[in-house]
Amino acid sequence: MKKISVSSGIRRRNFIKLFGGGIFVFFQPWNVLDLMALPADQARSLTKDYNAFLQIAEDGTVSCFTGKIEMGQGIITSLPQMMAEELNIPIAKVKMIMGDTELCPYDAGTWGSLTTRAFGPNMRAAAAEARAVLVEMASVRLGVPASQLEVRDGVVVDIKNSAKSITYAELAKGQKLEKYLDPKPLPEDYTQYTYVGKPLMHSDSYEKVTGRAKYTGDLTLPGMVHARILRPPSHGAKLESVDVSGAEKIEGVTVVREGDFIAVISENRDKADLAIVQIRADYAFNEMKVNDKTVYDFINKGEFRTNVVRTSGDIEAAKLQCEKVFESEYHDPYLAHAPIETHTALARFEGDKVTVWASTQSPFGLQDAIVRELGMTRENVRVITPFVGGGFGGKAAYQQGVEAAKLARLTGKPVMLAWTRDEEFFYDTFHAVSVVKVRSGIDKAGSIQMWDYHVYLAGTRGAETIYDVPNARTTSYGENRAAYRVHPFATGPWRAPNNNTNTFARETQIDIMAAAAGIDPLEFRLKNLKDEKMIACLRSAADKFGYTPSKGPSGRGIGIACGTDAGTWVAEIAEVEVDISTGKVKVRRVVCSQDMGLCVNPQGALIQMEGCITMALGYTLTEELKYEGGNIADRNFDTYQIPRFSWLPKIECVILDRKDQPPQGGGEPAIIAVGAAVGNAIFDATGARMYRVPFTPERVYNALKML
Amino acid sequence: MEEKIIFKLNNKKTELVTDPTQMLLWVLRNHFGLTGTKYGCGIGFCGACTVLIDDEPVRSCMIPVSDVAGKNVVTIEGLEKKGKLHPVQQAFIDHDALQCGYCTPGMIVTAVGMLKKNPSATRQEIVAGLEDNLCRCGAHMRIIDAVEDASKAMKGGK
Repeated sequence: MKKISVSSGIRRRNFIKLFGGGIFVFFQPWNVLDLMALPADQARSLTKDYNAFLQIAEDGTVSCFTGKIEMGQGIITSLPQMMAEELNIPIAKVKMIMGDTELCPYDAGTWGSLTTRAFGPNMRAAAAEARAVLVEMASVRLGVPASQLEVRDGVVVDIKNSAKSITYAELAKGQKLEKYLDPKPLPEDYTQYTYVGKPLMHSDSYEKVTGRAKYTGDLTLPGMVHARILRPPSHGAKLESVDVSGAEKIEGVTVVREGDFIAVISENRDKADLAIVQIRADYAFNEMKVNDKTVYDFINKGEFRTNVVRTSGDIEAAKLQCEKVFESEYHDPYLAHAPIETHTALARFEGDKVTVWASTQSPFGLQDAIVRELGMTRENVRVITPFVGGGFGGKAAYQQGVEAAKLARLTGKPVMLAWTRDEEFFYDTFHAVSVVKVRSGIDKAGSIQMWDYHVYLAGTRGAETIYDVPNARTTSYGENRAAYRVHPFATGPWRAPNNNTNTFARETQIDIMAAAAGIDPLEFRLKNLKDEKMIACLRSAADKFGYTPSKGPSGRGIGIACGTDAGTWVAEIAEVEVDISTGKVKVRRVVCSQDMGLCVNPQGALIQMEGCITMALGYTLTEELKYEGGNIADRNFDTYQIPRFSWLPKIECVILDRKDQPPQGGGEPAIIAVGAAVGNAIFDATGARMYRVPFTPERVYNALKML
Repeated sequence: MEEKIIFKLNNKKTELVTDPTQMLLWVLRNHFGLTGTKYGCGIGFCGACTVLIDDEPVRSCMIPVSDVAGKNVVTIEGLEKKGKLHPVQQAFIDHDALQCGYCTPGMIVTAVGMLKKNPSATRQEIVAGLEDNLCRCGAHMRIIDAVEDASKAMKGGK
């Protein structure tokens, strides 16, 4: 395992110079979960070096420095909630400084719904220790034992004589104090919370509704130029010859070239747009012979590295005992992330040092990439992350930041590179195509006796069955880009990476068995589950929905699905209407119940659930990347259809009250079960079974014709 | 060839000498620093770049700047009146009707234009009016609620 040595951030002394006086709390936010989420060759080995974490300033403001970034998921609101809680300060006193590699402690990236469940405990522990330090200082200043002091809204007060008090601001005044903490997990007392667990509105709304919020593309620097890069027509195409004279003729445009890396720059974005299409280039093509229609056969012919994730009992022996056995194959296509903000970066060199502002979910990953690709030292590369206009996993990739840095070095000017929508689709790290094959069997009573699950390319997230099955096996194929190459382009994490795929396959298969057993699909699930949390979510969703049992297909168009993701349990019930003459599906209603442990910000969590369900309508109904070899056919929103207002079902979400459990992920779980719930609802409405997402009118129509 | 273009920008008379074929989007962002108007798709499919031209919501990525001569262009930055947010802006805050916020200015400007034409828009009309504005985070439900509320708040000619 190759590891990159670390010396993160500016030196401590510089840090204090930069931020003035106060009390500085340093600690190492080491976290196993965060590192596990990264490919080994990208993970930094963390040293014992401390890095700035929070500052109590002379005015009593507490600044929290984190490598996490805000992309709409709302941690700019929920992290201060946790800080305010542990420090006993008004929430308005907390300032977030996010995603700046020079100021913030190393963080692998913002993904995997890890901020609250993995980063949160670190931050809260540090904040709690910082409070203890402040109380200790107050004890000395007030001449009162620490045990006799308590903190109320940033004021340390003598509980026996409330006239004796001192504020955090007064404690910090004139100080240049550094504290090095080694935070340990906190004993939790969830009943005592003031801020945590209270619904709070987004704290960044005002900036966002007025247009004041600055995203990377909104920044400007003196002498800045806009760049466009010459792109190949298809992945794998190699530049053979090029004529840039057409671009050079345009006034105010400069052509920049380093080998096959060719770009135009101009102070004027339109001129760069105009110039780039004047470049004549010929390419040699080396296309993979695969497209969105043939890829499933292509996968089925492949030989992949096999990973048996779990096995219990004896599948083949159990099969003989089963009353009914079911074999199905499920298909899931490539998906684009399609954030409305395209990948954007602004880069500026000052001497040997480059600063890159970038829309990215992994500022430290981009920093390392620039170090590698431009042959620089980490001290000389600073990445700053302004507001990010949507990520969904797609901005875990940061190619644009490296390109902007290269162009800034080549031109000696600050360079703004905002990818076009075409580039955004072309260079997306798509949700990978996958095939799932399931064999399963039930006994006479409708108990699942056998479950043999094979997932190709999607990986293992959400692949293991949640049901209580004595003979079960989960096998994953080619999860780490095995020798058999399938993808002509990049793939990567897409909101709840591949759990959509696995939950769609598993929950459809469950529905098939329920219908064959003649048992109501909710009852069938409850009967085969031992997982108390899953059972509680299903019951809660059924209550909210007003569900009445009926074996499928009932003609009502109601479908159920459930699963777990990012430590959270989720159950969803969908109601659909199917136009039999066209195959068009309208989702009328989605009810979602979620057990996410202690919910830090119920308002933010609710919005994430609604967002997940709405976004899920895309992979469920329309989204499927069209391509021919390395040539991506979908290059804009005309052919790649993402959810629109008229698609909206009535969405009702319930967060189970689980203050007794540690907080879990909230940005992804509710997206996983929508595909299966809608597919099962189509079956319930019509008797037609859907084995492939998305459920386009054509596919549903064809499935209806097969009846 | 450069040309002088005279128009109103956020209700103030403005003169600009520039290449008339430049897209309004880039002129607003790069010349006037009005970066609330966003680039999203470049060909009018997403609505992130929507501005009002004489009260009509228009995709500024498709409009050469010469087209606005003699007209009034209003951007997200021009909706506040004397430090007071437009009712639609306020309703977006009150309903938490945004996540990443990138599509938000285009949504708000489109809604403002729609309500100018149809102050008592029904929920269905609101859905239809916003249909071609894209949001990837899935804030749709709250956006509809916000616009519906704003429409009610604006009744009485406010």
